[in-house]
Amino acid sequence: MTAVITLTLIGVLLGLAIALTVRYFGAPADPLVEQIAELMPGANCGACGFAGCNDYVQALVSGKAKPGLCPSQSAEALQKVCELLGLSSDPRVEKAAVVCCSGSDQYAIRRAFYNGVNDCHSAMQVAGGSKGCVYGCLGLGSCARACPFGAIEIQNHLAVVHPELCVGCGKCVTVCPRRIIKLVPRSAPVHVFCSSPEKAPVKRKVCSAACIGCRKCVKAAGENQMFINGFLASVNYENPPSADIVAVCPTQVLRTEAQPAGSETVAAPAATTAP
Amino acid sequence: MTMKPLHFYGGVHPRESKMASAAAIVSAPLLATYVVPLQQHIGVPAKPVVAKGDKVLRGQLIGEPGGFISAAVHAPTSGTVKEIATCLGPAGNQSPAVILESDGDDQAAEPMPALDWPNASPDELKKRIADAGIVGMGGAAFPSVVKLSPPPNKTIDTLILNGVECEPCLTADHRLMLEKPEQVITGARITARVLGVKQVIIAIEANKPDAVALLQEKAVGTEVEVRSLRVRYPQGAEKQLIYALTGRKVPSGGLPMDVGCVVQNVGTASAICEAVDDGKPLYERVTTVTGSPLVAPGNWRFRVGTPYVEAIKLAGGVKADPVKIISGGPMMGMAVYSLDIPIMKNCSGILLLAADEVRQYESSPCIRCGRCNDTCPMGMMPGILSVQIEQERFELAEQWHVLDCIECGCCAYGCPAGRPLVQLMRRAKAEVMTARKAKAAKKA
Repeated sequence: MTAVITLTLIGVLLGLAIALTVRYFGAPADPLVEQIAELMPGANCGACGFAGCNDYVQALVSGKAKPGLCPSQSAEALQKVCELLGLSSDPRVEKAAVVCCSGSDQYAIRRAFYNGVNDCHSAMQVAGGSKGCVYGCLGLGSCARACPFGAIEIQNHLAVVHPELCVGCGKCVTVCPRRIIKLVPRSAPVHVFCSSPEKAPVKRKVCSAACIGCRKCVKAAGENQMFINGFLASVNYENPPSADIVAVCPTQVLRTEAQPAGSETVAAPAATTAP
Repeated sequence: MTMKPLHFYGGVHPRESKMASAAAIVSAPLLATYVVPLQQHIGVPAKPVVAKGDKVLRGQLIGEPGGFISAAVHAPTSGTVKEIATCLGPAGNQSPAVILESDGDDQAAEPMPALDWPNASPDELKKRIADAGIVGMGGAAFPSVVKLSPPPNKTIDTLILNGVECEPCLTADHRLMLEKPEQVITGARITARVLGVKQVIIAIEANKPDAVALLQEKAVGTEVEVRSLRVRYPQGAEKQLIYALTGRKVPSGGLPMDVGCVVQNVGTASAICEAVDDGKPLYERVTTVTGSPLVAPGNWRFRVGTPYVEAIKLAGGVKADPVKIISGGPMMGMAVYSLDIPIMKNCSGILLLAADEVRQYESSPCIRCGRCNDTCPMGMMPGILSVQIEQERFELAEQWHVLDCIECGCCAYGCPAGRPLVQLMRRAKAEVMTARKAKAAKKA
């Protein structure tokens, strides 16, 4: 009984002490910080370059950072943040990640059977991974595990970004050991899903869905929209071509994100060689 | 006087499976084509000094050292250079290579003049070792001349010749010691002369009593001492070997020369002897081709540039389907996915494993049993480290000396949770090295 009373008394006294300290010595919370913090996504992904959402808000309020560094913030929320800070808001290019490879199990040759640690970096340590193409996606999901938003899925040993979930934080870009994930403007309709700079015969030996550098897309869209870098076509993201261009690509490596990889014309020879 | 078997901390004793230990070394027959990599060593690849269509003779220089840490490459036979292309290495890397089409005559080039080594100056001998393209033949392929040129502030007092061959299955060094004991001992004495050391120890594990007895007999009257060691893997790792023999500990991040030792493989010593006594450059080596799927495992003297597939054909081909082919031994060797890989100066063995010899473990969380700590010869804590590495805490791993890991695989060998400990350590080492390089680049 005495114990209960003593403990209750200690509790009440310490509680009072805390209450009084806060009342008389506490720093007043900045209402601006709270307001801006509510407009943050709260994922603490770190894409802004700060330790988390709260850290970024503190930097914003103290004028050490600019608004718009958070890739996962909606345009309206950013607008409100700018209004609260009394800054003019710049139109921001919203970005999304694209895995520049079409080499799923269906199209890419595997030169070895890898059964080691299930992680792309570890696979790279063992003779550079099991895929025949040394530029292609290893498909063990290091990017998928790094994505804080669950936007990457591994389908048949190929990483696929779901654009509706991707916020463009760029974590996957840094984690990929092959460096084949790119951050591109969300508005761009088509992408080249291949990263191999090798000559077409070399690429075709290891992957039937590779860019063969035929220049058809460059001819159709013009040098200012598409360009060839070595033996690999690239989209000029400053001035991207329209989605219609996918029709000219013989290997369907130039395609929209919704379109599946590969095409009938490519898959057909593989089918005929089978007994 | 019988010496108490010497030992080091930790280690394991895997099944030895030295099935080719009784097979005498046979010279491999001449092939039609050799793929001679220009990078058979650690460091910068050699620069080709021949062009397409050139006629070369056996032992002729075809690649000169590309830098300080590099080694010369010589033609394995006479013939025509078909082209200078690239070839696949055991680590999955592409390296420049000279494709040599043999003319079948195997005509030798004028050998370098023999040196009278007891009277030759160390610099003369070093130059010969460099000219003969000699590299460490135990596996690391470090250019020997660099190893034998310690900076002036380091005093070397002990030369250790590594005839331990602690890797299971491999028997190449064992056979070499049995068949060329004079060469091994002379090579050791030449190396000792280069370094100016008086103490020379040839270390052999106790599972090769015939080699111990033979070398002891041949070493009578020389400064060379032959010692038998307790059988324990990884006795042949240089830091462990130095500790077992001298009780000296190589500091973390240090080299054997920091404790006054140089460790050299017996194969390297034999190659040095051939280079000095006969003027013969290093273009062939003894390699064990073994494994239960092979019809006739054995030891062959292969010329560098022999594709693995030819070596396997020589061993009678396979009687069962090999599921894994390893370049080197089962503990530290690298699994290869192509048989077009050529035998290089550091290839001590080609091992084929059958389906029932390869087990895939289901990796589960660390149960903190500490077995890996007991077996780690470097006194590390692989289990706890692996947990941190899985969380990608590479900076912490660096603080915990992950770079000291010698990748011997003892930790993973005994792990009851089937954890890929050595693989994780390798990843952390690679990440730490990349981070260090990035940091250095930032500073510069």
